[in-house]
Amino acid sequence: MNAPLSVPLDATDRRLIQATQAGLPLVPRPYHVLAEQLGLSPEEVIVRLQRMLDLGIIRRLGAIPNHYALGYRANGMTVWDVADEVVDALGERVGALEFVSHCYRRPRHPPDWPYNLFAMVHGRSREEVETKARAIRALLGTACRNHDILYSTRILKKTGLRLTG
Amino acid sequence: MMDSLDRALINGLQGGFPICERPFAAVAARFGCDEATVIERLRALVESGTLSRFGPLYNAERMGGAVCLAAMAVPAEDFDRVAEAVNRHPEVAHNYAREHQLNMWFVLATETPAQLQDVIQHIEAETGLRVHAMPRIREYFVELRLKA
Repeated sequence: MNAPLSVPLDATDRRLIQATQAGLPLVPRPYHVLAEQLGLSPEEVIVRLQRMLDLGIIRRLGAIPNHYALGYRANGMTVWDVADEVVDALGERVGALEFVSHCYRRPRHPPDWPYNLFAMVHGRSREEVETKARAIRALLGTACRNHDILYSTRILKKTGLRLTG
Repeated sequence: MMDSLDRALINGLQGGFPICERPFAAVAARFGCDEATVIERLRALVESGTLSRFGPLYNAERMGGAVCLAAMAVPAEDFDRVAEAVNRHPEVAHNYAREHQLNMWFVLATETPAQLQDVIQHIEAETGLRVHAMPRIREYFVELRLKA
């Protein structure tokens, strides 16, 4: 397991998360505007955000593109049945491929679901996703018994994670 | 339409945005423009929906919450009813229809790990269908950076 440790957040951190989860103010001094909204000093906002970034509570800070708007219309969840003894070593290598955006090991659910390695691949077309999947197949070699690509056909809900409290 | 500056901003700012007094001014030189132009372009990209947003991407698990992928095999004639029942739960963050016998894939995010099981049991009771929990055993990589 490499589940990340959770880090304690105080009430001020939570207010700062709520104030920024939909985005930063697009103004010359965004952290000063946040400070004003929250009744904090700008220095405190900057220190708290930097701490959350250093601890991985903020994965990254910047532009979050909409992949459909950028023309990435084919969203393929590639799934692989890889021998347990080698799945971790191979998963690291699949995750390192530049076109793989997410790569995880997950439990099998036999007989319906034999796959234990998931790699998300985005492309402008299904052909592009399939070319990328062939590269993953080549990397996995004989350790891979079976695979599939599940394309998304509809987004049924996409609200993202929201702190409500 | 996006021009080369828009593309450069999207490609160059998917992380590493500075936390300082004038962050847009700090990055402007790198793109060969000024602070006001960076702000104006980013505003337009958010307004047009090219960017979902501009700011922090938070990691729910690091905040003490739990996240789990789940999948269901939903009969076609029942698909809309089940989608509605699943989506009604605020813990369902994303839900996608996919081409497979397991044709509904959703992400559950809860404030505590114990709540995950509760939500799954509720969904199974409401829909009469089995929910396959696919929790992450290991994470090898997560970094969605798309080239514009």
